[in-house]
Amino acid sequence: MIRFLFKGLLRDRQRSLLPVTVVFIGALLTVFLQSWMTGILGDMIDFNAKFSTGHVKVMTKSYWDRVEQMPNDLALINTAPLIAGLEKEYPDVEWVSRIRFGGLIDAPDSSGETRAQGPAAGWGIDLLSPNSREAERLNIPKSMVRGRIPQQAGEILLSEQFAQNLKVGPGDAVTLVGSTMLGGMSLYNFTVAGTVSFGSNAIDRGAFIADLQDVRMALDMNDAAGEILGYFRTGVFDKELASGMVSGYMAKADTTDEFAPIMVSLRDQNGLSAMVDYMDYMIGIGIFIFIMAMSIVLWNAGLLGGLRRYGEVGVRLAMGESKGHVYRSMLWESVLIGTAGSVMGTALGLILAYWLQKTGIDISGMMKSSSMMLPSVFRTVVTPATFYVGFVPGLFATVIGTALAGIGIYKRKTAQLFKELQ
Amino acid sequence: MKSNQSVISIRNLVKTFPMGNREFTALNGINLEFASGEFSGFVGPSGSGKTTLLNIIGTLDSPTEGEAMVLDHSVKLLTQKKAALLRSQKIGFIFQTFNLLPVYSAAENVEFPLLLQKMGGEARRKAVMEALEWVGLSDKAKSRPAQMSGGECQRVAIARAMVKKPEIVLADEPTANLDAENSHNILKTMVKLNQELGTTFLFATHDEKVIGYLRRIIRLYDGKVAFDELVTKI
Repeated sequence: MIRFLFKGLLRDRQRSLLPVTVVFIGALLTVFLQSWMTGILGDMIDFNAKFSTGHVKVMTKSYWDRVEQMPNDLALINTAPLIAGLEKEYPDVEWVSRIRFGGLIDAPDSSGETRAQGPAAGWGIDLLSPNSREAERLNIPKSMVRGRIPQQAGEILLSEQFAQNLKVGPGDAVTLVGSTMLGGMSLYNFTVAGTVSFGSNAIDRGAFIADLQDVRMALDMNDAAGEILGYFRTGVFDKELASGMVSGYMAKADTTDEFAPIMVSLRDQNGLSAMVDYMDYMIGIGIFIFIMAMSIVLWNAGLLGGLRRYGEVGVRLAMGESKGHVYRSMLWESVLIGTAGSVMGTALGLILAYWLQKTGIDISGMMKSSSMMLPSVFRTVVTPATFYVGFVPGLFATVIGTALAGIGIYKRKTAQLFKELQ
Repeated sequence: MKSNQSVISIRNLVKTFPMGNREFTALNGINLEFASGEFSGFVGPSGSGKTTLLNIIGTLDSPTEGEAMVLDHSVKLLTQKKAALLRSQKIGFIFQTFNLLPVYSAAENVEFPLLLQKMGGEARRKAVMEALEWVGLSDKAKSRPAQMSGGECQRVAIARAMVKKPEIVLADEPTANLDAENSHNILKTMVKLNQELGTTFLFATHDEKVIGYLRRIIRLYDGKVAFDELVTKI
């Protein structure tokens, strides 16, 4: 019987081709939407984690309260024993000190007079330790535009855009005019080793990257750091793990001392929690709307098909097929159609998603004046969910649509069959 | 030929339908008995109750009052499921407009009732070919309805009704869409099957050609049996 019905389904293109096409398009869009949203969300989280938040971050309570100001006068001191303790307690996390600071970069002329100046957003990161992965983490080798990565103390990187504005390049000397940890004025000379472009306008406008020890020297922050960032060694942010770490750490933390270290998760920073929840919500809403819209379309298609097959259903009922059997056979048809459309839609969606995962879409043109920490190339990401998410609207909508349309079979009065079939 | 045992027994049958605020009486006090192997027909003008009576005998509808026993089953007491089972095993239907399934071939259309009975593949194929031979359409087994004439389609419909070897075949105006030659061919086929297989044929018709082949004519008028006569063939 199943073979018989399947044969009819294949031969009747209005019963198979049209719904399969609708399901195919729906599944394709769902798969692409899911991989696109996941990609953007993942890129945003990853970008923020690498440049700003870490997967978890340790800092003083006061620093956290004013974190937007990067208040290094409230930075952590004696970081070496603190990091040793963290490494012991959380061996699966890599801990790195960073100092973020603001200042003015002064580019002198040949006689040492100011030729150009510009405000800089500084990063003091561990560039020179042999085992440091910071340069790699910030993708510096691949972001180099001119020159090279600093190899000795006193060398810095400037963002290419910033360097062009200051008209400086590799080998030129610049002076950082800033504020020490204790509130004094700091003047410190550096040599530009190279220029970088990270593809994020917020960073590329005025980035100044120096080795951590140099920045400590410049800002009188011996063994101090504004932030200690923790990165899971898996490289992937784990919401539950981070949350557990934060809860455990904060249970033991001295919350009365404003200079005592506290720990926050990635989700608690830069409004990422709201953003992640919002994106999750939007993906859910998107898929829900797809299911509803496709259910209505397929319900309509089912109703039209039901009208077209009115005679067929009538004959089948007259010949002794039970209403339940007719209804179930239609549901089976819809399962076949939903599966076929979902498989095809998912396959093409995956091809598109893999392609965009590799090539990405460059949105730097739209980000010129943006201050958001966003990557300039958005990519899709294929996750395990990408392989099945298309089946949700593809299969469910088809079956729901058919189930709704097929209710008419039960309402049909067999007593009218002879008249209806005339 | 099967024995002349009763296959249909109708006692004081009344069928009413709601019509606005009133009740319309389609059948009023019908008493009829049909023996196995009959070739009979209900004749009468439109609205006389022919199709309603065929519906009740075919277990597609149930009486409002009275009793209709079909193959020892009270139609009134049959559930939807049991009625469907009885139809699938014992009752064949032939419609005015053939009602073949358009995407299937002649053989597949004939095969369908056997699939409902879950008959095995080999026996099914044999039965289908045999049924197509009865109606002289072995060479059209693979043709689809759109590729056949009206007469051929109706012969496929007869094969479909007969393939499961039902005890009763109900035919509602089976020749209404056919020309005279095809009508006579169809009717001769039915007579042949009635004689060879002993199947009871009941028609609802006002076609004189069909009436000419009937061995018993039940004339209905305003929901009542106006007369019921056996025809003596010369």
